[in-house]
Amino acid sequence: MRRKLLPTPLTERVRAVLFNRRVVFGIPFLWLLLFFLLPFALVLKISLTSAVMAIPPYEPVFRWVDNTLSVVVNIGNYLFLLSDSLYIAAYWGSVKTAFLATVVCLLIGYPMAYAMARAPKHWQLVLLLMVMLPSWTSFLIRVYAWMGILGNQGLLNSFLMWLGLIDQPLKMLNTNFAVVLGIVYAYLPFMVLPIYTNLVKLDVRLLEAASDLGCRSLTTFWAITLPLSKAGILAGSMLVFIPAVGEFVIPELLGGPDTLMIGKVLWEEFFNNRDWPVASALAIVMLLLLLVPIVLFHRFQAREMEKHG
Amino acid sequence: MVRSRSFSFSKVMLVLGLLFLYLPMFVLIVYSFNASRLVSVWAGFSTQWYGELFRDEQILSAVWMSLRIAFYSASMAVCLGTLCAFVITRFKKMRGRTLLSSMITAPLVMPEVITGLSLLLLFVQMAQTIGWPVDRGMATIWIAHTTFCSAYVAVVVSARLQEVDRSIEEAAMDLGCTPLKTFFVITLPVIAPALVSGWLLAFTLSLDDLVIASFVSGPGATTLPMVVFSSVRMGVSPKINALATLIIVAVSLIAFIAWYLMRRAERKRLQTPDA
Repeated sequence: MRRKLLPTPLTERVRAVLFNRRVVFGIPFLWLLLFFLLPFALVLKISLTSAVMAIPPYEPVFRWVDNTLSVVVNIGNYLFLLSDSLYIAAYWGSVKTAFLATVVCLLIGYPMAYAMARAPKHWQLVLLLMVMLPSWTSFLIRVYAWMGILGNQGLLNSFLMWLGLIDQPLKMLNTNFAVVLGIVYAYLPFMVLPIYTNLVKLDVRLLEAASDLGCRSLTTFWAITLPLSKAGILAGSMLVFIPAVGEFVIPELLGGPDTLMIGKVLWEEFFNNRDWPVASALAIVMLLLLLVPIVLFHRFQAREMEKHG
Repeated sequence: MVRSRSFSFSKVMLVLGLLFLYLPMFVLIVYSFNASRLVSVWAGFSTQWYGELFRDEQILSAVWMSLRIAFYSASMAVCLGTLCAFVITRFKKMRGRTLLSSMITAPLVMPEVITGLSLLLLFVQMAQTIGWPVDRGMATIWIAHTTFCSAYVAVVVSARLQEVDRSIEEAAMDLGCTPLKTFFVITLPVIAPALVSGWLLAFTLSLDDLVIASFVSGPGATTLPMVVFSSVRMGVSPKINALATLIIVAVSLIAFIAWYLMRRAERKRLQTPDA
């Protein structure tokens, strides 16, 4: 049964406006322009100022005094970052740790995704949910769980001592090992997921053809499966590597005094030293460092979101 | 398919990987019932930490604050993310579309410290220029969370939009349906599951965020992760174990319900072959 509503001119006009393409496009566009792109411009601006004791704690770039506009650009923050070996060590430490964690994630995550994609259909959904579920609980709490396990009086040390393998507790918490372990643990689902979506679409007939033609299974894997899942591997690696470089919570909770990571340094510059310009310069350099991985990821993601249509 | 060595190796890895993911959470749950304050000592079963948790005013008010922010952020993110997904999957020739798609995918990987810092600087600048926001707090966290959650919603919804059969929409419009009505009568019911899962995902992301909220929050608004973080920094605390257990149980329950509903929908679809 259909009721016919006679549209009044007003609702007609409202409808026309609401479903205008420009409106559909404009609302999210303006929102992201204002709350995503513009903030980066501000970070760049403030990285070029010098810190002062004021609210907000930086000098203005543009000043209008006596009918003259003066523009003060200070590149001192960047020079400062270059001159202090602490910052360079922190960048290097972050990249190294993130890279190591990404490789470990890939080594664990790929076989997991492979087994999931080959599992019977009704199992796949359950396995998928099981891999994703931890990432829906609290990230903070999952990192915190390792504090109780790795500590000197923690579960792992007590267990190893009970087994008689060690006499004294091993120092595991507050080391770089703990940081890598924490990153692997927290980001593993993000590695498994894109590889799984990629592998599940793989044409099984290719594998069958290869084995019919006498290809050994390991050769088939290297020659067909692995190259065809390249996109998934790339996406997964970027989803782990890029956020891991800027990670703050994991080095803060699991790392030790010798753990130098840029996310933590930036946090301390901002919250402890209240040096906003240096924190901004740190962020800009980090962004430049991550530009290539971010562009790579964006290209993959844009393709994923646009196909068919 | 040929059963090969690598096949069974991957199966073993899957089991080990899942154990690796779940054992630490299992440990948290077990130790939340420990009577002793120490992690390594088991002093018998007790639910005292749950009692203490429910008497902790600070945690309770932070939970309420976080739930409200997550609700508002997820709802707004679903609106914005769906619009983005529409633009990306449907408006192929729109000018500025590439810029929009860059801006919506970047938050997926952007390190949180950068997003947090940049948004804080924006709010400070806005307060100077237009006098808003006077105090940072719930509203600023809401804006920050909406922005990065929209990205996740856009991914989920665009995946669903790609599968929508456009011919039904075209048929509706040929029969005189306005685009808006077509959207509400045809498209919306089809993408509704994606909107629900996008909303849930955004909700958990917002509930979980510590770094961005710490940057853009003011003295008035303390979210749950902030309370947990400041307590966890001091070391292991059984009260946090109890909280963790409640969170894990709640999320598992929702995931189980989601799985059940999906399985039922799948079976229904199989039973009606022409659908």
